[in-house]
Amino acid sequence: MILTWCILIPFAAGVLAWLLARRSATACRWISLLAPAASFGLALWAGAHGATQRPVPWIPDWGVSFSLAMDGVSLVMVLLTDFLSILAVAASWRGIQERVGFFHFNLMWVTAAITGGFLAMDLFLFYVFWEVMLVPLYFLIVLWGHERRVYAAIKFFIFTQASGLLMLVGILGLYFIHARVAGVYTFEYRELLNTPMSSSAALWLFLAFFAAFAVKLPAVPVHTWLPDAHSEAPTAGSVILAGLVLKVGAYGLLRFAVPLFPGAAAALSPYIMTLAVIGILYGALLAFGQRDLKRLVAYTSVSHMGFVLLGIFAWNATALNGVVAVMVAHGVSTGALFILVGQLYERVHTHDMNRMGGLWETAPRLGGFTLFFALASLGLPGTANFVGEFLVLLGTYRVSIALAAVGALGLVAAVIYALWIVQRVFHGPNRERWRFSDLTPRETAIAAVLVAAVLWLGLYPATLLRTVGPTLQQSLPNQREISPLELTPVESKAQRLDRAPGVGRERVMSAAAGRGGTP
Amino acid sequence: MSPSDIIPLLPIIAPAVTAVAILLIIGSGRNHALAATLSLVGLAAGFVPLCGMSATASTRVASLLTLDGYALFFAGLILAASFVVVLLSHGYLQRRERQPEEFYVLLLIATAGAVVLATSSHFVSFFLGLEALTVSLYTLIAYERQGRNSIEAGVKYLILAAVSAAFLLFGMALIYAEFGTMEFSRIAEAWSAHGGSLLAPAGMAMIIVGVGFKLALAPFHMWTPDVYQGAPAPATAFLATVSKAAVFAVLLRYFAALGAAEGGSLRIVLTLTAILSMFTGNLLALMQASVKRILAYSSIAHSGYLLIALLAARAYAPLAASYYLLAYVVTTLGAWGVVAALSNKDGDADSLEDYRGLAWRRPWLSGVLTAMLFSLAGIPLTAGFVGKFYLLTAGVAGRMWLLVIMLVVNSAIGLYYYVRIIVAMYSQPRPGPAEPPTAAKSSPAASMALAGLLFVLIWFGVYPGPLIGLLQSLAGNLH
Repeated sequence: MILTWCILIPFAAGVLAWLLARRSATACRWISLLAPAASFGLALWAGAHGATQRPVPWIPDWGVSFSLAMDGVSLVMVLLTDFLSILAVAASWRGIQERVGFFHFNLMWVTAAITGGFLAMDLFLFYVFWEVMLVPLYFLIVLWGHERRVYAAIKFFIFTQASGLLMLVGILGLYFIHARVAGVYTFEYRELLNTPMSSSAALWLFLAFFAAFAVKLPAVPVHTWLPDAHSEAPTAGSVILAGLVLKVGAYGLLRFAVPLFPGAAAALSPYIMTLAVIGILYGALLAFGQRDLKRLVAYTSVSHMGFVLLGIFAWNATALNGVVAVMVAHGVSTGALFILVGQLYERVHTHDMNRMGGLWETAPRLGGFTLFFALASLGLPGTANFVGEFLVLLGTYRVSIALAAVGALGLVAAVIYALWIVQRVFHGPNRERWRFSDLTPRETAIAAVLVAAVLWLGLYPATLLRTVGPTLQQSLPNQREISPLELTPVESKAQRLDRAPGVGRERVMSAAAGRGGTP
Repeated sequence: MSPSDIIPLLPIIAPAVTAVAILLIIGSGRNHALAATLSLVGLAAGFVPLCGMSATASTRVASLLTLDGYALFFAGLILAASFVVVLLSHGYLQRRERQPEEFYVLLLIATAGAVVLATSSHFVSFFLGLEALTVSLYTLIAYERQGRNSIEAGVKYLILAAVSAAFLLFGMALIYAEFGTMEFSRIAEAWSAHGGSLLAPAGMAMIIVGVGFKLALAPFHMWTPDVYQGAPAPATAFLATVSKAAVFAVLLRYFAALGAAEGGSLRIVLTLTAILSMFTGNLLALMQASVKRILAYSSIAHSGYLLIALLAARAYAPLAASYYLLAYVVTTLGAWGVVAALSNKDGDADSLEDYRGLAWRRPWLSGVLTAMLFSLAGIPLTAGFVGKFYLLTAGVAGRMWLLVIMLVVNSAIGLYYYVRIIVAMYSQPRPGPAEPPTAAKSSPAASMALAGLLFVLIWFGVYPGPLIGLLQSLAGNLH
């Protein structure tokens, strides 16, 4: 039941917050702050003590059950969700003064739906959560967003909805194929794993799933909703979008798309990894072409998510550990950047970098924190981002040296755009003679918490990697890989052979294919 | 005739008798509240015996009507929908009409006709029911005699419905000429036994044309937006739900009996019609500035979606169609109910501008409309999602990939205009005239009806298990 509570608490808190807002906006804010905190605590407890939950039949005629489960990866993602949700509420404490109740209702519901998405073990249930998170996000953008919010919100909604429906068709296809083979109609993920099917069927179904996750991730060329949605959303919306919604796409690939159709994933991985590398470079390139600060940060997400895609399809333990690390690191650091941009916006009421400059003198704390997260974003050693991107590139190197080499160029590009932010906003002449107060204690506290998170994950990633390691190892049962924690300086000859590019790649993919029983 | 013979016919008799009773009362003195209450009682009296009837037994009445579980379900759906329409009409007519009582008479006659249609298994009852329904609808649509739009809509519907009825009759005559029977089951037997000449497919095609008009399928949809827009909102609610559900019920029964006999060409025609309806409805809805017209075009698209259920595998067709229709009826009633509740004495709330900022003026009504629009778009936690899911299931099970992909594409297109209405409702109201363009207060009956619809919408969306069980026991034995 603990897992159900993790989802129910924010749901209920959303309703309560809405009802309370008429009486007292402060009470509404506190409830919204405490609910994710409670959910965070519960998830932590469940992670420590283990949480198994028996599936409850939901629509028995179709074989749909309310089935939740938590392993290392979902634990980390749920914790990230609640953590960012708390910060999103805190960051909106002053900025949101209109329709406070409905705002927090939406924020809580999107938190709950994302949590549900990370915990769902029934594909139907997963789809329901997947769709339910869209509606509150849509409202967050359309009601509290910036100038072009309506356009951005509708674009976001249509992109994700259409691709989500493709996934639903894929789910149904898998459902019927499984029923024909096993004679049982079920949407339960653990039963649908290893469903034997023809390779062409697997390919189509994989593509249906991939469409949904690639849009959400987003992968080039279906990323165009992202810059609009991220830059038009209110701060809390951007934090949730960048920090969490994109992660649902990555999680979906990691949890569903690849394990359900390993053969198809292996067959397509060279193409998808190429797309990922293009995404890394393209996102970075577009990022430093932006005048709009928020749009710039949005494009960096495209670049970072390229690393995630690259790592997932490299599909070895090193890369996958890196993927989870990038997901967490990007969630925290990009969330932080969006919060800082939001705080800057509250002061200067523009995102146009051409109108900024020389702000360091008037707001040194804001500048300092921005510099820190810009450095984190470029993957400075010592930050969580470095750990993740390094592991992804290491894992990719074993599969394809060329892709790893080109992907590494993304890190160089990241240096340019990250420093570019600091340069254009905080250095140079203060042409418009901005004068405003520096970060308040509340804002400083938010930023400090985020700094601590990034540093902790960067300097001591073992906590994170130990949590997710076993889960990832399980999804690679035929791998004789060394987990990065146990990287030993001396390698046996066999291992060295394994790492030879061509050989290694074949092994990875044949191992992946072997698990699926693909003929 | 013993009482036990009468009881199965109560769903038809009760509304008809009530209609006569109201007519007589109007003769002695007008009383709006009494007329509305009596209509509710009549509809309830028709509905209650349905609950007691066995779902598995199939009662036949003189080879004209078949009262099996499937018919019971549709009769119940029609009566319940009419009940809601009456609740929605009261406040609307109170604000608008000086002589509202006859509206209920017509509504009850149309309901009786719709029930006949849904239970018919014979061309004669098919046509009788259809005409009872349609003739009342002419007047319901043109009920607002002062308004030009309403009269125009009525005349348009009159002409086109008459033409479509002519097609239908001609088609029936051709099939009768070929097989010498008007019973669905016998036609199917004869057809599969010794095939037919060209007369039979020609007759079938003409029947499809006639039914296509009623269901507003493209390319027979031209009347829909004008009629939906011009008619009084409660009449449109009735037209879009009861009339459509009844015609679809008989089509499904007819198709279930004949579909296998007829062979491939009908499937191709229906597939093309479905795709055309989806695209016509959704693409034209994108360009509208009137909420009523958007809903009208959306109903064209939904008719297209419904055809997927019709074409689906036999195991899924009745269930998917029944669930989808139920969801569609609840949702459409809710959406038109909000339009009706917002309409003031000068005119219906129609243009998107009227809805601008509605969420801050009338949060409850705009909340209901938002839920209904999400349901039309098929967003989870609403009945519309489960309906759409059922359609997709039916489509995937039948391996109708073309239709499935078209459904996905069209859902994405459709989302845009549903969201447009929502955006209008939640955007800031324009500073302008102090007088809001919509009614300030809705009647308690309408609020109650909308609350009920919202509850049903979410219940069937969140926990559809019991309903699916009920449908399986009722609609499962269509054949």
